[in-house]
Amino acid sequence: MRELIVYAEQKGGMLVDVSLEMMAQAVQLSHRINGTISAILIGDSCGYNADELICHGAHKVYLVEDKRLALYQNAATAKVVADILSVQSPEIVLIGGTSVGTDVAARVAARLRTGLTAHCIDLSIEEIDGEDQLVQTVPGWGGRMSVKIVCPQRRPQIVTIRPGVMEKGDPDPTRRGDLIPVMPVLTEDDFGARTLAFVEEKTKAGSLDDARIIVSGGFGLYGSGGFRLIEALADVVNGEIAGTRPAVDHGWIEEERLIGQSGKNVRPRLFISIGTSGAMHYTTGFSRAQVVVAIDRNASAPIFDVAHIGIVGDLNRIIPCIIKELTKEALPERTRS
Amino acid sequence: MNIVACVKQVPDTEALIKVKADGSGIEEGGIKWVMSPYDEFGVEEALKTKEKFGGEVTIVSIGPARTMETVRTALAMGAEKGIHIDDPALYNADAYATASALAAAIKGIPHDIIFCGMRAIDDDSGQVGSILAELLGLPSVTVITKLDIEGSTAKAIKPIEGAQLLIETSLPCVITAQKGLNEPRYASLPGIMKAKKKPVEVKKAADLGLTVEQKSTVAKMSPPPARPPGKIIQGDDPAAKAAEVIRLLREEAKVI
Ligand SMILES: Cc1cc2nc3c(=O)[nH]c(=O)nc-3n(C[C@H](O)[C@H](O)[C@H](O)COP(=O)(O)OP(=O)(O)OC[C@H]3O[C@@H](n4cnc5c(N)ncnc54)[C@H](O)[C@@H]3O)c2cc1C
Repeated sequence: MRELIVYAEQKGGMLVDVSLEMMAQAVQLSHRINGTISAILIGDSCGYNADELICHGAHKVYLVEDKRLALYQNAATAKVVADILSVQSPEIVLIGGTSVGTDVAARVAARLRTGLTAHCIDLSIEEIDGEDQLVQTVPGWGGRMSVKIVCPQRRPQIVTIRPGVMEKGDPDPTRRGDLIPVMPVLTEDDFGARTLAFVEEKTKAGSLDDARIIVSGGFGLYGSGGFRLIEALADVVNGEIAGTRPAVDHGWIEEERLIGQSGKNVRPRLFISIGTSGAMHYTTGFSRAQVVVAIDRNASAPIFDVAHIGIVGDLNRIIPCIIKELTKEALPERTRS
Repeated sequence: MNIVACVKQVPDTEALIKVKADGSGIEEGGIKWVMSPYDEFGVEEALKTKEKFGGEVTIVSIGPARTMETVRTALAMGAEKGIHIDDPALYNADAYATASALAAAIKGIPHDIIFCGMRAIDDDSGQVGSILAELLGLPSVTVITKLDIEGSTAKAIKPIEGAQLLIETSLPCVITAQKGLNEPRYASLPGIMKAKKKPVEVKKAADLGLTVEQKSTVAKMSPPPARPPGKIIQGDDPAAKAAEVIRLLREEAKVI
């Protein structure tokens, strides 16, 4: 049977979201190629995460536990993963397009002399020249192109998946899978670069990932002295704030709240973009938002090409009206409680 | 210290990119070509390293004749010499083939530390530095914002989502540069004049003993799927427009 393998990345002892997003993707692909799904779990003692992977569709979990791998070590991790892949010869390997995933994936692919497609936003199986091929879609040229890539000869086909572009599946606790302990073969040479410390940063930006509503601002807020209006609007709609590169550069928001190619990919139900021209670098970051509202005074700004609802006008006049309209209706309820 | 910096020439970020009619690539006419911005951070760090420890910076780049301009830019910033790999077999190379060519060139010269950008801004793949390290059998520290070299080791900071990794590496190694590592200098006028006389070797894949092996192929390029045109709320009265957007969000989209 053909095997699909997911590299299950963890951070601070927990599976990162994209690990489960990839499991859902693997489940879909496995139906098409009639394959089995395995996950690779690497750490010091991390076996407790295996159940979650199994509930999300893993038939097997290769568990590598080693004190030297308590922190992420790039070359050693790549060796361990590549060794498992050499033995298993899977058809497809999915790795998260996170900082760590991107780092390890390239080394794994190089070790196996196979191709790697980075930051895929979509995967499908298509028959090409009589064979099932994994068609990998990536945004190229700053998101201005969509590029489909295939890896016709070499196996496995390795891809990294952009975090946040695929949906997690629902866990099914009745599922059963096998835990397969794997002894890593590592020498001192595999630690030429060694991670000495993992320092968590205290930010609230994690909340952007699950935010239902995001209010995002850009350079257009310059005239009103920064993010005061964005914050006020976010407050009444119970949303999170975010912004463009200039908003970060002016210190109105933290780097963690940057949306786009160099920042976050978000998937809220409602994304309100205010005073932003709509550069592709930025708009790729919210292409999966359910509804996009844009407010900008320039009627020909490209942001209106990606907005479902657009308002052309001065944000300094429109936002206060929106806030007033929303609070006007909310007021009676507040007085009641 | 023998320092190498790899650079790629890419279309200017403001360039309007058009796909060729057959979807096989992009139309190159009218594009302005520049050094990929992350490579500028790599070149700057290479120059700072040289200024601190002495030695030489060699620039390595792959691409058609126009690429020479980008090599000269790096020389004008202060690098000593260049290797320009110009071979049609590599013009549309994937990351693996690119890294193989860089590795073949770098193997032939002394190297204590190799800098790359974290990714090129055209294909965004972000793999070349890591593959290069693997092919040369060297450690790699990628996407870093801080580097301190001390003797034969270096310490680097790699930001990851919501955290930072502190990494120590032995030299030689491959480093890939992220925004924040430094502020790249501009080429000075005397620098530009001097760059014209600095040596640049032009090589073909065969000169490097390389047979180009492409691992993946681009099946098709297309503009991203267009969304249906949105609804623009018309009118002069901001209050009326505000009321209308709220109505749409509540009653039609049902998102608030
Ligand atoms: C490699 C690379 C990666 C990048 N990655 C990112 C990224 O991840 N995220 C990102 O955001 N950017 C990124 N950028 C930058 C990006 O290209 C744009 O420069 C940036 O998104 C523009 O931000 P902006 O829309 O806020 O500013 P601008 O383009 O200056 O737009 C400001 C808008 O505000 C409007 N405006 C001004 N005043 C008012 C008013 N009173 N009322 C209403 N509207 C008003 C203007 O009409 C204009 O449309 C990247 C660039 C490069 C080269």
